Amino acid sequence: MSALATSAFPETRSRLLPPGGAGGYRTHLARHGALPHVRRRDPALLAAVEASGLTGRGGAAFPTATKLAAVAGRRRTTVVANGVEGEPASAKDKVLLAHNPHLVLDGLVVAARLVGARESTIAVAADAAAAARAVERAIAERPVRERPRLVLVPDRFVAGEESALVNAVSGRPAKPTGKRPFAAGTLVQNVETLAHLALVARYGAAWFRAAGTDSEPGTALATVGGAVEAPGVVELDLGTTLGDLFARCGGLVEPVDAVLVGGYFGRWLPFDPELELSNEALRAHGASLGARVIVAFPRSACGLAEVARVARYMARESAGQCGPCVFGLPALADALEAIVDGRDTDAALRRVPRLHAQIARRGACAHPDGTLAFVRSGLEVFAADIDRHRRGTCRAATRR
Amino acid sequence: MSENANHALHVDMLRCDAFGYCAELLPEVVELDEWGYPIVAGAVTPERLADARRAVAACPKLALRLAR
Repeated sequence: MSALATSAFPETRSRLLPPGGAGGYRTHLARHGALPHVRRRDPALLAAVEASGLTGRGGAAFPTATKLAAVAGRRRTTVVANGVEGEPASAKDKVLLAHNPHLVLDGLVVAARLVGARESTIAVAADAAAAARAVERAIAERPVRERPRLVLVPDRFVAGEESALVNAVSGRPAKPTGKRPFAAGTLVQNVETLAHLALVARYGAAWFRAAGTDSEPGTALATVGGAVEAPGVVELDLGTTLGDLFARCGGLVEPVDAVLVGGYFGRWLPFDPELELSNEALRAHGASLGARVIVAFPRSACGLAEVARVARYMARESAGQCGPCVFGLPALADALEAIVDGRDTDAALRRVPRLHAQIARRGACAHPDGTLAFVRSGLEVFAADIDRHRRGTCRAATRR
Repeated sequence: MSENANHALHVDMLRCDAFGYCAELLPEVVELDEWGYPIVAGAVTPERLADARRAVAACPKLALRLAR
């Protein structure tokens, strides 16, 4: 039996980002104590993870217990901690790794023992220098049997996709394969998920569920940007309202009509301070929390130009493998730029749905579909601006 | 594979290179998008099964698969 739910969590408001920093390994052990003993396929721990309701914090919100159990059932297993965070607007994994690497490494050790993996790897984006340094230092502080391999992965959007990441840590190009790694015994878990797992292993399911909602328990890191006083990474109780989240970031500094929820794979929504930040509530708006990038988009900026800019970025970030993504996304960006420039607006507006139909559900990974959802919701939320661009009267200072 | 049931034609987009033979051999089921990549527009009925098998065999990239 592992020592589950026997100790109390130290007094701090934030589970993952203790105020003043998490310190080195000794401070970490003083705060949390040693890791409980975990056996392969440990039934008590698997039950606790299931009861906790923990879901993947990388964006897909897949039940962690299901994934752990699936991989634990395989004969040869490996574990990869995904700290790549390719989403350009997201900083939460980099901040977590830089400030609390030992909690992530704890989770990686727990996951590796649970699925019986002999090897574990932690992947960090090559350009995230502070995070990589912190992880490297933390690894060196730990007992030899708890030292994963650290791999720096090229800084590309799709490199964070699970199958692309497995390619990258195996020395192959970081491109998606269209297959799910866990079916082959490779457990890929987001670093924040692992940090939560380390806490569930120590403090149990009931403790975990004390935050969040019944259907979406726990806390989650969010990257808040845009027109707030203090942008940055905050830990939110799932189910908090958008207004409360912005208040925790010092409040809005200028009028806001629209928010982006979920980042570059997310959806644009009209700003509503009462909006509940849970996947259940967001589903009614066709949105999800994703990796919890939340941007308060200021009225003074041009939303259409932002939609076009991100579409162009996503076109360039295609892994270049599937035709509809390779050709469709640049064509989509062309049409959006035409709308922003007010040239042949009607033709461009007719072109967008035609492109949508030729791109949707035809890629091997979620890259093209994520981009489509971003664009479609942006054109809806900023629909009133289209005519201003047609007439050349958009008042926003930001242009492409 | 049963000869009198509908089959589904799957395209592996990672492999497909827009040769377009599938659309030529099986125009009732496969359309091409504006870049020449196949869009499977319907099921493969038993009477089209022979054509579908020819299309699968003709694909230079081995990107097509027939499934029940």
